[in-house]
Amino acid sequence: MSTVRERSVPRDAGRRRPPVTAGHSGGRGRGTLWPYLLVAPAVLGMLYLLLYPLARAVLISFQDFRLRQLILGDADFVGLRNYRTLLGDPEFWEVVRRTFVFMAVNVVAIMVLSTLVALMTERLGRVARTVVLSSLVLVWAVPVVAATTVFQWLFHSEFGIVNETLTGLGFESYEGYPWFAHGGAAFGIVVVLIVWQSVPFAAITLYSALVTVPAELYESARMDGAGAARVFRSVTFPLIRPIFMLVLSLEVIWTFKAFVQIWVMTRGGPGEATTILPVYAVQTALAGQRYDLGSAASMLTVLLMSGVLVLYFRQLFRQEGEQP
Amino acid sequence: MSTPQSRPPVRRALRRLPLNAAAALTVVVCLFPVYWMVTTAFKPSTDIQSYDPRLVPSRWTFEHFRVAVGADGFALFWRNSLLVTLSAVLLALLVALGAAYAVARMRWRGRRQFMLAVFIAQMAPWESLIIPIYIISRDTGMLDRLPTLTLIYFMITLPFTVVVLRGFIAGIPPELEEAAQVDGCTRAGAFRKVAFPLLAPGLMATSLFGFITAWNEFTYANFLIIKQQDSRTLPVWLSSFQSTFGTDWGATMAASTLFALPALIIFLALQRHVTAGLASGGVKG
Repeated sequence: MSTVRERSVPRDAGRRRPPVTAGHSGGRGRGTLWPYLLVAPAVLGMLYLLLYPLARAVLISFQDFRLRQLILGDADFVGLRNYRTLLGDPEFWEVVRRTFVFMAVNVVAIMVLSTLVALMTERLGRVARTVVLSSLVLVWAVPVVAATTVFQWLFHSEFGIVNETLTGLGFESYEGYPWFAHGGAAFGIVVVLIVWQSVPFAAITLYSALVTVPAELYESARMDGAGAARVFRSVTFPLIRPIFMLVLSLEVIWTFKAFVQIWVMTRGGPGEATTILPVYAVQTALAGQRYDLGSAASMLTVLLMSGVLVLYFRQLFRQEGEQP
Repeated sequence: MSTPQSRPPVRRALRRLPLNAAAALTVVVCLFPVYWMVTTAFKPSTDIQSYDPRLVPSRWTFEHFRVAVGADGFALFWRNSLLVTLSAVLLALLVALGAAYAVARMRWRGRRQFMLAVFIAQMAPWESLIIPIYIISRDTGMLDRLPTLTLIYFMITLPFTVVVLRGFIAGIPPELEEAAQVDGCTRAGAFRKVAFPLLAPGLMATSLFGFITAWNEFTYANFLIIKQQDSRTLPVWLSSFQSTFGTDWGATMAASTLFALPALIIFLALQRHVTAGLASGGVKG
């Protein structure tokens, strides 16, 4: 029931209530406190644990905030100096460029692979489909830190199975190849790990969207003489497009969560080969004691992300709008 | 989509061969790292440090598990993880239940704005809030303390708990509660006696997903627990396992297996929910 009755309303008022259809719009406002009391803890949590840290980060990014200010706490405002320092630093731009490359490679690989897996799963027989879906769910469930540790072991230079297999196949140069000592190789491993971890969610979501496409549409398209690629482009894709865009924007945002994998595996190294924006911010702040520059870098990251976020929300609310 | 039945079975099988091969490849790529983690944990060290890898251990051993469990602080970190995770999830459940009820069943000014805030909070850039949260915790003397982690995990899991519970509550016909109210229940009583039992599967699913999220969280556990080593949680311990045990990969994989096991069991038990509803809720495992 959508109506909130105040304590003072006599109990039998409920009996005189109009039928439910009308009841949904009735009783708007009424000055009751109950809904506000019910959401108050959630609102307080969001204010103190999200909005306040965000505001604090903005504040610090405009201050001169180093180890001394951390301990004594008398930070001076320096206006846009931190942002000017960052934006004038070629190293920062290198990190931004790397972040975008990292994001593009990951997201394209994830979307292509998961679309293929979803299309494949839909065409499988019942047993095979269950097996594929179960293994996808299993991968999805592996905790990030556990998966990262396992990949370190798979790519171990001396006893790692990858090197031993490659050597066994005749690629002698991979004998004892130190994957994490070479920038490109380390970058590649992080990408493989993230794609491996992200495909299950994307594939399962796309698969559940594919299942809703009516089979008659395929049949009539095929009767009109359309090939497989044409059917996908003109029938399947337009219908799963909303979900596809939703998954796409989620994956873009989640690439920033790659922080954990990178931190555990390489700490952004070797050199700076795997340093993307969130890693750079934390390194600057906690390793270099430049909390001000780190905060500024974080805020620029949030700014970049919010563009994608707007896209995501537009898509989400279009979806939500379909439900009452 | 489906091959017409009139085709001869052999041709049909041939036609489906590439498809099934692709499916087999997908399964192998998915499962191999997990398989390798588990088998390494059971292999004797001579097998692990061999240039001739064996797909199946020559001999199964529990030695590595004994090393991992016997490691300094394992029981303590396990307890810490469990404590932080459970209290965060319970708190989130309690707070979310009230909020979800208000959103699903009541009309009030600001309802839409509240849901928008929840959706935004769900996408909160936690990776970019490490620095301010570190500084705030330091200023308020909350560094190195488990309640800090509990609060943060509460906030990480809260938004999606609200979103999912709202869906579950909205799915319960309000007429049921109305009928109970007509029969003399209070509004709260009607919710508790009628809607709450129907909500049980939803509560179960959301709390388990919250559990996994909090159980796996690494970043804040890593940066907010610095000096007080006794307050560390399992993910941080696992990430430092290598430095603790050097090149003992058998023990490291045993520790990974022990750490991953609860999440794996929960996920497989929830598979139906995973593939159906929650996938669209934007839940990252």
